[in-house]
Amino acid sequence: MLTKRIIPCLDIKEGRVVKGVRFLSLRDAGDPVEVARLYDSEQADELVFLDITASYENRKTLIELVEEIAKNIFLPFTVGGGVTGIDDIRNLLNAGAEKVSINTQAVKYPDLISEASRKFGSQCIVVAIDAKKERDNWQVYINGGRTPAGLDALFWAKKVAELGAGEILLTSMDYDGTKDGFDMSLTKTVTSAVNIPVIASGGAGKLEHFYSILTEGGADAALAASLFHYQEYSVKEVKRYLQERGVRVRL
Amino acid sequence: MIAIIDYGMGNIHSVNKAFQLYGAETIVTNNAEEIRRSKKIVLPGVGAFDEAMQELKKRSLISVIREELVKGKPFLGICLGMQLLFEHSAEAGQAQGLGILKGRVEQFEDKADLKVPHMGWNRLQINKKDCPLLKDLSDSPYVYFCHSYYPIPVDNDVIAATTNYGKDFVSVVWQNNVYGVQFHPEKSQRVGLRIIENFLALC
Repeated sequence: MLTKRIIPCLDIKEGRVVKGVRFLSLRDAGDPVEVARLYDSEQADELVFLDITASYENRKTLIELVEEIAKNIFLPFTVGGGVTGIDDIRNLLNAGAEKVSINTQAVKYPDLISEASRKFGSQCIVVAIDAKKERDNWQVYINGGRTPAGLDALFWAKKVAELGAGEILLTSMDYDGTKDGFDMSLTKTVTSAVNIPVIASGGAGKLEHFYSILTEGGADAALAASLFHYQEYSVKEVKRYLQERGVRVRL
Repeated sequence: MIAIIDYGMGNIHSVNKAFQLYGAETIVTNNAEEIRRSKKIVLPGVGAFDEAMQELKKRSLISVIREELVKGKPFLGICLGMQLLFEHSAEAGQAQGLGILKGRVEQFEDKADLKVPHMGWNRLQINKKDCPLLKDLSDSPYVYFCHSYYPIPVDNDVIAATTNYGKDFVSVVWQNNVYGVQFHPEKSQRVGLRIIENFLALC
């Protein structure tokens, strides 16, 4: 049986980890490779590297960094941020990324999803959806959460699955950074509407948050950044907690 | 020298690095002569079956791969590289594969309780304990999968391990010098690296 995945996310700015300052045990907490190695040793199931300035400043993710990570970490990882087209995706995959995450460009040019999944296979095309609650629905935001896309998140999730996305990285902008738990309502709405894996993101603060989103919420994976960065919990602690409660994890 | 075949279908770098970790001399190549001269062949690959066959064809690599395999050179197909060993795939109509192993490649059935792609860590159920590639692994180790298609061999004898996802599907094949894994050893941490070490140890 397939296990549920716990995924630490590393925000990358100019090739350095942002928010990694609390890693006292590391020689260089800003070094993506060192941080990735630590998560690898903690039994993380995958890693996500998000180049947070890329989309906004129209920068391309540093291929060298991806190569350096792939040279050192034998764990699947997804790279996102500033992905503009097929060549970009090919370069990231060739450099060693298992999957590439597209956000803004997927909204602007939905054909990129179908073209990329036809070319490289659905399994390596992740569409990141940043969603924010409006009256009765959720609005999709692009450009790193700066611009409303005029799209309903549920509609968009179904659409990207139809176009051939292999996975959805679903971030609740309302819950992100609050530590109040994942957005149960948003996650449930999306996981029950699509038949591709969904990674829930935004709001992890306690162990039980992981449990509820992976069971009741129907998520296939749960992503957290600061919780792991600031070492409030280790990945292993989260997975042990889940295992004790009957959730299948790799330990 | 291990030839890692580069035919524009991704994933080459991590595969290469995993082999180099154990001091293996590798060459990432699409040159038939270099493939002939190599001691072992690795065919990685992610993506579409049909497109992959076209890329191999474009580089005139189909006959050299077939010839070297028939000669008995150790071969490891990873993910799509394993699927290409079979005769044909349901992907993109009925694309023809290398036909080294009898059988076809099918897509996971899209049903409510089964998400496609099959993505994440799942167990191997090893039924060929004597398979050199799977030497020294625990009985049901976790490895990393990321795929929507899986092979259905005609000959049950080539099945070295299976994995359960909705049903048992074939995740490792082995026939003489030919090995194929549906998962990604280069992304499967210690277990995956052990498999790579095992492949390197083959004569």
